Amino acid sequence: MIIDKITIIGGYNKKGEKEPVEKIDIIRGEIFGVVGATGSGKSSLIGDIEQLSQSDTFSKRKILVNGEDPSYEDRTNPRKKMVAQLSQNMNFLADMSVGDFLSLHAKCRGASDKCVNAVINLANTLTGEPIRKDHELTILSGGQSRALMVADVAIISDSPIVLIDEIENAGIRKHDALKVLSGHGKIVMVVTHDPVLALMTDRRVVMKRGGMDKVVGTSEAEKSLSIKLNKIDEFMLSLRDKVRHGEVIEDVEMGDLGL
Amino acid sequence: MKMVIVAGTPGSGKTAVLIHALRNLKQRSLNSAVVKIDCLFTDDGKKFEKIGIPTKVGLAMDMCPDHFAIYNIEDMIDWADENNSEYLIVETAGLCHRCAPYTVNSLGVCVIDATSGPNTPLKVGPFLSTADIAVITKGDMISQAEREIFRERILEVNPHCKVIEANGLSGQGCIELAEEIVKSPEVSLEEEKLRHSAPLAVCTLCVGETKVNKKHHRGILRRIDGFQTYEGE
Repeated sequence: MIIDKITIIGGYNKKGEKEPVEKIDIIRGEIFGVVGATGSGKSSLIGDIEQLSQSDTFSKRKILVNGEDPSYEDRTNPRKKMVAQLSQNMNFLADMSVGDFLSLHAKCRGASDKCVNAVINLANTLTGEPIRKDHELTILSGGQSRALMVADVAIISDSPIVLIDEIENAGIRKHDALKVLSGHGKIVMVVTHDPVLALMTDRRVVMKRGGMDKVVGTSEAEKSLSIKLNKIDEFMLSLRDKVRHGEVIEDVEMGDLGL
Repeated sequence: MKMVIVAGTPGSGKTAVLIHALRNLKQRSLNSAVVKIDCLFTDDGKKFEKIGIPTKVGLAMDMCPDHFAIYNIEDMIDWADENNSEYLIVETAGLCHRCAPYTVNSLGVCVIDATSGPNTPLKVGPFLSTADIAVITKGDMISQAEREIFRERILEVNPHCKVIEANGLSGQGCIELAEEIVKSPEVSLEEEKLRHSAPLAVCTLCVGETKVNKKHHRGILRRIDGFQTYEGE
């Protein structure tokens, strides 16, 4: 199914007042940010979209797909699921091996068993110590787990709508992860506290007291700042890798960053 | 009278999910009454009272709490009638999973915790396999992939149930549960039957024997190698 747009119709905030933002359309190919203080309702908004809520959650928001109500089947059957979600969880709780887990999930989503190796290979490009098929899920580190979740979402849960909740907490290469997840022609929503990621989006909704407070378009100035922030971020990453590999850091001229 | 029987392991979120669902019924001016069954202690009753719902607590003490619930259904219905409630909600203690306290015309709701691992649905037996609705809680604590596997496993055990993914903290999914409660059938006690028999258990332990040694036991005994015998006269 091709999804050209999703529409979020506003409901009520935590105080039971009408949300200031009444309606948001997000179109195919757009990367949309969700920002706000902790507890402001970012994850609930993402939850509403994951469930394609029909005024049946406590926010009373309604989500339309291509301008229409999604069917009950579309909302619940994982084989038809339009939404892939990377949540904030850092660990797996399922007591089984990586290989078994991925084939079970592939079965749930109606994907081929061949995905399993592809997922593991992709995950290993995002994290440090490699993950093996016979590893138990529960012993994976936070970074390995997140890398596996990212790869699983990208390959097995290959859905036209992708929701990403605070990828910066993952301890993995966040830009690479975002690139892997936000394939061509998808609708991507990113919950973030990180200005580097927030300014990479096209627009962002600001959450307050559980409600959508306003929508901010990324300005030209922000876009050029985003490029600079990216350079700083890459620099930090290269330093991080050096420190991790036991190197000693020489003094660096800030001018060399080319800002 | 409509009767909802809610089963689920301790700590799975039965009370939290019900509080949200019953608050929704109340907002629609539908009267419910709750009986909370537990073994030795519970303060869940206070939580229901706090949202203004008539509540009765039943402690089974040294009796099996599910059997206790079943024997007392008639009294519970009478009590709900006295309170002019259209909906009687019975929240069970949720212990051994082997008893499924649902009756044929009640709405059988099984609350099951997604963090308990994807093999749990295969382990729990009649209280899941004979339920009308399986409410999955704590799904926000695991990845979407684990959630989807968990859901698939539930449908393997009970292909006909409706699965509701709910969050006892935010209330997500609980309005859907309230909707199912409203749609449930009327019960008439005369014809009411259990959906699944209670476990075979007429042995010396049932009547208070505490000695462990085999020679002290009489009744219907199942051995670990699968053989079932009757010891006694």
